Parts: sequence; C-alpha cells; structure tokens
Amino acid sequence: MKGKDMGAPLLAARGLRLAFGGVKAADGIDLDVMPGEFLAIIGPNGAGKTTFINMATGYLRPQAGSIAYDGHSILGLAPRAIVRRGIARSFQLPQLFTEHTVLENAALAIAARTGLWSPLARLLRPGIRAEAMALLDRFGLGPLAGVRADALNEGARKLADIAMAVALQPRLLLMDEPTSGVATAEKMTVVETLVRVLRQAGVTAVFVEHDMEVVARFADRVAVWSQGRILALGPPEQVLADPVVRREVIGIEAGSGHA
Amino acid sequence: MNRLVEPLLALAATALLVLAAWAVPWLKFVLTIALAKGLAVLGILLLLRAGQVSFGHSMFMALGAYTVAFLAPQVPEALLLLPLAVLFSAVAGLLIGLFVVRYRDIFFSMLNLALCMVFYSVLEKFYAITKGTDGIRVTPITIAGQEPGRETQEWLIFGLALVLAVGSGLLVRAYLASPMGRALAGIKTRETRLEFIGVPARRVLLFAYVLSAVMGGCGGALLAMTTRHVTPLLSYWTASGELVFILILGGAGSALGPFLGAAAYELVRVYAAALVADAWQMILGGVLLAVILFAPQGLWGIVAGRLRGRA
Repeated sequence: MKGKDMGAPLLAARGLRLAFGGVKAADGIDLDVMPGEFLAIIGPNGAGKTTFINMATGYLRPQAGSIAYDGHSILGLAPRAIVRRGIARSFQLPQLFTEHTVLENAALAIAARTGLWSPLARLLRPGIRAEAMALLDRFGLGPLAGVRADALNEGARKLADIAMAVALQPRLLLMDEPTSGVATAEKMTVVETLVRVLRQAGVTAVFVEHDMEVVARFADRVAVWSQGRILALGPPEQVLADPVVRREVIGIEAGSGHA
Repeated sequence: MNRLVEPLLALAATALLVLAAWAVPWLKFVLTIALAKGLAVLGILLLLRAGQVSFGHSMFMALGAYTVAFLAPQVPEALLLLPLAVLFSAVAGLLIGLFVVRYRDIFFSMLNLALCMVFYSVLEKFYAITKGTDGIRVTPITIAGQEPGRETQEWLIFGLALVLAVGSGLLVRAYLASPMGRALAGIKTRETRLEFIGVPARRVLLFAYVLSAVMGGCGGALLAMTTRHVTPLLSYWTASGELVFILILGGAGSALGPFLGAAAYELVRVYAAALVADAWQMILGGVLLAVILFAPQGLWGIVAGRLRGRA
C-alpha cells in the first residue's frame, strides 16, 4: 500500500507537546497515520518515540495539542477506552501475564474484547480456546500454547505480546520496537510473520524500529524523530537517503545501516 | 490434575466431617466454627489471587455476626438472617471496596486493617447499642420455621455450614477459571496490561472484594448462630490475622485450602488447649512455622503434591 493520499487519516496528531522537566519528549508533533499503511518511526534513544505511542494510547496526556482517531478526539481518554475504540499497542518490554500460559494470555485478550463479565463461564471455553489457538498458530506460537509466559524466550515473548494486541482486533496497532531483543537470526522471520498477519487482518500499523533493513523492507512511510520533533517524513527510499537523516539518526546506529 | 479431583476430594472431606461430627458429638461445634472461618478465609484467598492480602477481613465476619445478633429478635429465622448478613456485607464490601481497590500491596493490607480496627472501636464504644465488650447474646432462632432441640439444631447449622462451604468452594473454583477470575490473577503480574487490553482492573478487583466480603459476612453469620454470642473481638486485628494464618496453613492453591486450614487450626487449638492449657498458642505457632518452612504451599500443597506423585 505504497500509495499516498487515501482520504481522511485514521490517526491525526496536531502540535503535541510534552516535557518531562527540561526534556522535551514531544515538541510540536504533527502526524497523520493513513488507513492501511505501515508507518515506521525511527530516531535515537530519548527522541520521544515511545512518548508518542504513550500519548496516542492514553498512557500519557500531552500538555498541549490534539489527537483524533477516526475523526474524533481521544484526548484525555483512559487507555482502556482508547483500546475499545480500536487502537491497540504492544510493548518494548513484553507485558505478559507471567503466571498465565501463552494460551491464557491470548484468551484473556479475546475475552476482554468479547465479554469479560461472566464470572461462571470458563475462560478457556471452546469458542475462545479455538480463536486463541488460531491466533497463536498465525504467529507460529501454537506449539507454545501451554507454556507459562515467563518461560518463553525473548522472540516468542515479543510475538505473544503482539498477538495479545492483535487479539483485540484493532484497526490501528502501535508497536514499540517489535524486534528489539529478538536474536538477529530470527529477526526477519519474526517481522515477516508479523507483517503477514497484520496485512491479512487489514490492520494499520505504526512501529518504532531501530533496524534500518526492517524499515526499508516493510515500511510504507518513515517518520524520523529527533529531540521531540519530526525531522523527516516520507517513503523509506527517500528518507533513508536524506543526508541529514543519515548523519543525525542512522549514523548513531552504525552497523545497522542499509539503504 | 484432573478437573474432577478437587470436587471428589471435597465430597470425601464432607463425608469425613459428617462422620467425625457423628462419632464425636462435641466436635460438631468445633467443625461448624472451622467451616464458618473457612468461608471467610476463602474470601481472603480470592484477594490473594490478585496479589493482595487483606489484614482486616474479620470486619466482614463481625458484620455478619452482629447482623444476626441485632436482627435475631425481629427475624428469628436462620434462612432469613443469612441472606440479610449477605446483603449487609455486600453493601459494606462495595462501599469499602470502592475505596480500598485504589490501593495495592502494603497500602491495601494496612487500609483493611485500619478499617477493621475502626469497626472494632465502633462496636466497643457505642455501648448503648452494641453492649460494648460485653457483646450481645443471640436470641433463639428457628431454622426453616422449625424450633428443633439443641442436638438437632446443632446438626442443622452444621449442615448449613457444610452446604455453604461446598457451594462457595464450587463458586470460587468456577469464578477463578472464568475470564474475570483470570483477569483478577492478572492484577498480580501485569496490571497495566489489563488496562491496555481494555479491562478495568479496579472493577475486576472490586467484584472480587465484594464477593470476599460476602463470604466473610456469611462466615460471621454462621459463627454467631453457632456460638450464640458476639463480641467486638470478632473485628479485632488478631481475628483478621487469624484468618490470614489459616490461609497460609491451609494453602491458597485450591478452594479446599481454606477449609483444610480452618479444620486443622481449630482441631490443633482444641487439642493443644486440652493438653497444655497455657501453651496452645506456642503449639499453633510451631505448626505454622513448620508449614512455612516445609510446606510453603500449605496443607493443600502437601495433598496436591501427593496426588501429583501418584498420577
């Protein structure tokens, strides 16, 4: 979906500002996320990439600016209210229910979407179990369904974390470094799996990524973050070739450069 | 473990209790008390699944007991007093819950303890209404309209306690395996994630809190019907501590744990007091120490370990 200009943006951020003490984590962020696109966010540590995700999901409230989702403001809404509108997120450090099995983690997210308030029906009743297994299978996690989440390796934890977000059937998925901590050997497999699942589900995705190879291969557009601002925004072949971006951002991430 | 194992064990335990009460008549009283306390402990187990320890749950037990003591003259019927105790403890659980579920860990524990002591003071100081530390004698009550002799009455209350214990045990088991119950357990490990999958964690904990208050109230009502006398000591902090003690003794791994713990606690207490009147607390302390050191999953953990070993 490399085409641009597809009408109204799914997520529209305008003039977002948020400072922690003297550090400007967001210093006037304007960004439109278009329906169906894969938007990569790159930039050095501390540039405010995660802060943007935290503001878009209701975890942090910007000091100024507005965020609209599907034409309606979501400013000031609690995370769970934003989730119900169709924005899900995954985490840089996987946030799994560590004493639950992988299957239960997925099932709980499905139950959260379809009906949690039934104190006597079993969580792992056939309908939910089947949906959870199908979801885990799509992520290649089927064989690990019965394993406790705290016993998984990093790659599997990462995928399980994202699977929980996908279980919510979001229209927009925000992923904070989906490949960090994943062994280099399995990184491309993880991303390919992920992209396939998301494309199939028709999910719009924003993902923070440090691996330029991943960005060049899978992003429709790239937004470059620097000191709370968007330094550049456009197709990866254009943005990653920009000399300023190369010096300011990619230069810091020596070794992972591509493009 | 097979899903039928626990219900079958509960059935066997029920039969054993009835047999014990029949063989040694005075044990009926002790075992009824154990079942009543077990109910309250079952409530604490629910909150522990969310990683929260209530050090004040005897306030709901006291509330249930005082409901019976206050209303027995007007409503002298056990089958009406119990639902009333449930109603009052549910309302109290909801009001207190709305406040305490905002806090976690040590703050949750201590707030419960504080409120429990406030309730104790109220019961103790308002002599005109509560008769202070003298307590209130529970006037005679009927059961299902019958006014049976003492022996029959004891059997009926014992039976009532058994039915409530088994019923609550099954209810808790079903609840803990439900989406709400699993979300409750999620509060212990990743509360923030709950919010990000759209689950209001506080409401999940509040539901459990009200349920646990109801179980405390139920246990207290049974306690009042059995001992026929209620005092503010029911809400003293040591009474709350006793309930937590029983949970550790019995184990939190199963709905059977609280009842196992309560039965063991009451029996050790009775026999230890008979053997060495001055040192029974030391014996209880020794038992708890042994459990913590050698069976950290409590008595239920020992049973479950044996079952797994055989399977």
